[in-house]
Amino acid sequence: MTHATSTGPAIVAEGLVKRFGDTTALDGVDLEVASGTVLGVLGPNGAGKTTAVRILATLLRPDAGRAVVAGHDLAAAPHRVREAIGLTGQYAAVDETLTGAENMLLIGRLLGLSRTAARARGADLLGRFGLADAAQRAAKTYSGGMRRRLDLAASLVGSPRVLYLDEPTTGLDPRSRNDLWDIVRGLVADGVTVLLTTQYLDEADRLADDIVVIDHGRVIATGTPAELKARTGAQTLSVRPADAAHLPTVAAALAALDHAAPETSGDQVSVRVADADVLPHLVRRLDADGVAVAELSLRNPSLDEVFLSLTGRPAESGAAQNEVPA
Amino acid sequence: MTAATVARVSPAAALQQTLTLSWRSLVQIRHNPMELLDLSITPIMFVLLFTYVFGGAIADSPQQYLQFMLPGIIVQNTIFATMYTGMGLNSDLTKGVFDRLRSLPIARSAPLAGRILADTVKQAWAIALLLAIGFALGFRAPGGVLGILAATGLMLLFALAAAWIAVLVGVLASDPEKVQVYGFTVMFPLTFTSNIFVQTESMPGWLQAWVKVNPVTLLADAMRGLMVGGPVARPVVLSLVWGAVIALVFAPLAVRAVRRRV
Repeated sequence: MTHATSTGPAIVAEGLVKRFGDTTALDGVDLEVASGTVLGVLGPNGAGKTTAVRILATLLRPDAGRAVVAGHDLAAAPHRVREAIGLTGQYAAVDETLTGAENMLLIGRLLGLSRTAARARGADLLGRFGLADAAQRAAKTYSGGMRRRLDLAASLVGSPRVLYLDEPTTGLDPRSRNDLWDIVRGLVADGVTVLLTTQYLDEADRLADDIVVIDHGRVIATGTPAELKARTGAQTLSVRPADAAHLPTVAAALAALDHAAPETSGDQVSVRVADADVLPHLVRRLDADGVAVAELSLRNPSLDEVFLSLTGRPAESGAAQNEVPA
Repeated sequence: MTAATVARVSPAAALQQTLTLSWRSLVQIRHNPMELLDLSITPIMFVLLFTYVFGGAIADSPQQYLQFMLPGIIVQNTIFATMYTGMGLNSDLTKGVFDRLRSLPIARSAPLAGRILADTVKQAWAIALLLAIGFALGFRAPGGVLGILAATGLMLLFALAAAWIAVLVGVLASDPEKVQVYGFTVMFPLTFTSNIFVQTESMPGWLQAWVKVNPVTLLADAMRGLMVGGPVARPVVLSLVWGAVIALVFAPLAVRAVRRRV
């Protein structure tokens, strides 16, 4: 099966609402993902990211709103939606007692492949994800990264056109995370549409074409990573004096530039500035103060800073408690 | 909504999916020998212990006691075994496997049906094992092959009804260990306040009142009647009534709980 490269969006969601008792998990979320692109859904823990994915994967019914996935209405044709999607959850949803090959065989058979075809498809995907050697071992002996790759491989058995990745790298070491990113890039190159939820801003920055920031069940910002960074308007000016003893002098100089309070971390001082014109003033002042500068930089905000300014709190504050010892 | 716009799973495909998911549950045994040990060793140990430790004291001889106790111990063991359905389901729910299965274009009933079918196979295996041990120790079944098959069939049918309780517990519990705790705190008194090990008449009057209507007693009587001899119609009918009542009460509760949880 080839991936239909329809020109329309792969996912359109309008006004999704979901309540659990008194808690409103989603409070009218709109999403649109163009075919063959990656949408990064960013938000802190409990923002509603997973609820949105579960609704779009037909696992939960929204209390209000509608969505069309791969051309099929969620409410009217959930079976058709399921035929088009792949889901990789936050917790690697593989049967730990089965081997990698058996897990793949299980999914293949459930999708209607013959035993031979299911084995072949499983072996092919396991090979692609570097799991060929581990195919005959029980999944519970796999490392966290291997389990995620097996989970992802299992969600690709049916060649989905739309893939949901719900915090696919939470709790993974940097190397495994990089491996997974490469796999996702490969899938997108093949025309798969990806909806990725993450708490890691660098992940969204590297993978996503567009980003939606969700907080308290609402979309609070959308745009490309560059647009979001531009939106906060502020750049960060950092100065590292050659001599750490000059740090207070540098801080004082930076404080004099703008209204924002400079922050000293390690051997450098940073301040957010709205206008790059302050640079010549700063250089003159530091020169007058007799400070030798080892490094001076003016850079655009990172997504972390964007997130902080949008939500009023750092993105990864909850990440540490949420890490899965997979 | 017409069939043209909404794809449905054909009955043949649903059956295939159920069988595939049963295969999955049964293949697990190969990788987790502890489960097979649990399924096999416990019944063997129970039969041996009860026959030789209590047999002489409760009945005139171990031999005679075996005739009385083996049908009952099959009932107890099978009812205990229904908890595996709850534990397996709970593990699938907490580990996200259930979500993965439900996100596939398969029959909505297949994950549950596949698990229950596999558990029925496991229960049949345990019953066969118990009967084999029994026969080796001198159990005799005048009811013949037909009687044994009828008794086994009745037992498995009742276990299917009881599986709904296990499903409900499996969905409501926060982890598989809690399901096991339930198994011990409810199943133990339920199966022991019956006539599977001792005659009802040996118990105090207030307990007898319950023992006489306990489905475990009725099932044990039915299985004795079918395999060894004695009244058949009344205990069989009452066992089926109990099974029907349990299914009617717990199936809707369990299905509702599954829908809520996921």
